[in-house]
Amino acid sequence: MAASDHLVRRQQNPVARVILIALSVLFLSAILIMPVVSVLAYAFSEGLPVYLEALRAPDTLAAIRLTLTTAAIVVPVNTIFGVAAAWAIAKFDFRGKQILITLIDLPFSVSPVIAGLVFVLLFGAQGWFGPWLRDEGIQVVYALPGIVLATMLVTFPYVARELIPVMQMQGREAEEAAVSLGAGGWMTFFRVTLPSIRWGLLYGIILCNARAMGEFGAVAVVSGHIRGLTTTMPLQAQVLYDEYDLVGAFAVASLLMLLALLTLVLKSVIEALSARRRRV
Amino acid sequence: MATARGWVSPSVLPGFGLTLGFAGLFLTFIVLIPLAALIIRAGSLPLDEFWRIATEPRALASYRLTFGASFLAACVNAVFGFIIAWTLVRYDFPGRRLVDAIIDLPFALPTAVSGIALATVFAPNGWLGVQLERIGVQVAYTWVGVVVALTLIGLPFVVRSVQPALEEVDVSIEEAAESLGASRWTVFRRVILPTVMPALATGFTLALARAIGEYGSVIFIAGNLPMLTEITPLLIVIKLEQYDYLGAAALGLVMLLVSFVMLLSINAINGWRIRRVAGRR
Repeated sequence: MAASDHLVRRQQNPVARVILIALSVLFLSAILIMPVVSVLAYAFSEGLPVYLEALRAPDTLAAIRLTLTTAAIVVPVNTIFGVAAAWAIAKFDFRGKQILITLIDLPFSVSPVIAGLVFVLLFGAQGWFGPWLRDEGIQVVYALPGIVLATMLVTFPYVARELIPVMQMQGREAEEAAVSLGAGGWMTFFRVTLPSIRWGLLYGIILCNARAMGEFGAVAVVSGHIRGLTTTMPLQAQVLYDEYDLVGAFAVASLLMLLALLTLVLKSVIEALSARRRRV
Repeated sequence: MATARGWVSPSVLPGFGLTLGFAGLFLTFIVLIPLAALIIRAGSLPLDEFWRIATEPRALASYRLTFGASFLAACVNAVFGFIIAWTLVRYDFPGRRLVDAIIDLPFALPTAVSGIALATVFAPNGWLGVQLERIGVQVAYTWVGVVVALTLIGLPFVVRSVQPALEEVDVSIEEAAESLGASRWTVFRRVILPTVMPALATGFTLALARAIGEYGSVIFIAGNLPMLTEITPLLIVIKLEQYDYLGAAALGLVMLLVSFVMLLSINAINGWRIRRVAGRR
């Protein structure tokens, strides 16, 4: 699903050209560009000092911290999983491989609300483990562990999804040569495999991180919306919006939008770099 | 080490047991057990009770909105996504690279951000809402708003599916058809559309699947009136907030089953695509 530069040149009907370009630009303006610009317009509607003040509100700072903490746990864990899954799938032939790939993709097709719901059913007050957790004094739902679990489920496929095709294309000969020359498993991975998958890996990590920091539905279900404690940045934007604190809500939203734009820029840079490597 | 097992081909590479074991264990604990819990929880309801919850009027109204709006949004995206993909592949114009780059924005933008942004722009006093109000159209807090939000979410799926297929269209066949006297419209209908159809179907289904489960970008613009503008994922959240775990699980199972059907359709369409490409070669 990568953007491409490919342009098919042929004789064109000038009227159709103008109409179709105008339609595309109008449609994208109404549905994409205007909303994005409006986030900035509202965030800065009362000037830069008010904007900065809104970002320094204690609850908002706590939300930023919670989002960073969640991503700091979820992204590395899902990265290790993705690398392990891709290694097993791309470097070996075994029965049930196709089923495994389908199961890894499963979270992509499940509603985020379902991703949160399942953990409430397991660990909530009336969940299977609810009474036991209460007796032990462990809080999962409406606390950090629940938020981490729901985010992990939603972002589960990202790294694996990017790495599997990259590692399949790369083949096995290089690793087999390294091993037959006496290299150990870890050495083979770090010296032979990793250098050739690094762009795909980075790409997967960036996408995983963007989704982990921006996830709303799954986290909304398990968070309980306790201000300053269990509201991540997207939830904090919702809380402020519902209180008609538009500058506050859009200030938080502007940070999340910055993250999205940064993700897109990094994505194009990685695509350009890996395309250049392939051409050389 | 792997040679002892009959289901895995022998290999000199190490780490099969470790990586498959870790990946499988993690998959089981994070994805499979939680989803199984939902199925078992909802399955513990007697069948008539499950049926009563799944078909109560408020739930039925939410399905109608969720599936209806998702379908409409996927149709809008099929049309405009095709036009945008066409524009990007066939025409060179100032800002083309920028347009190409922002198509992916809905993938990267957190849904809560697109939600509050759309709600603000389309609100009766918002930038577009004011203009639409004049011609008597209200978008925010109606089902139209739901369609708008779901269109935003689904757009990149269609564009990114159709774009590579349009690049593959053989221009020489188009030119041959034209030199034989076919009109532009005939060429489009008989040459271009058949080639792009499988990709368009994939994009449509992906957009539809994504829209059905969507929550964050919808709830701000929808107004969330029971029976009118309440999507099914929101109804699940409301049931959970009332500690009605069984009701939430029942509706969750309905959604999960629909997801499975969508997943199977996507795989079937992909299979159709691969067979067609193989047939052409």
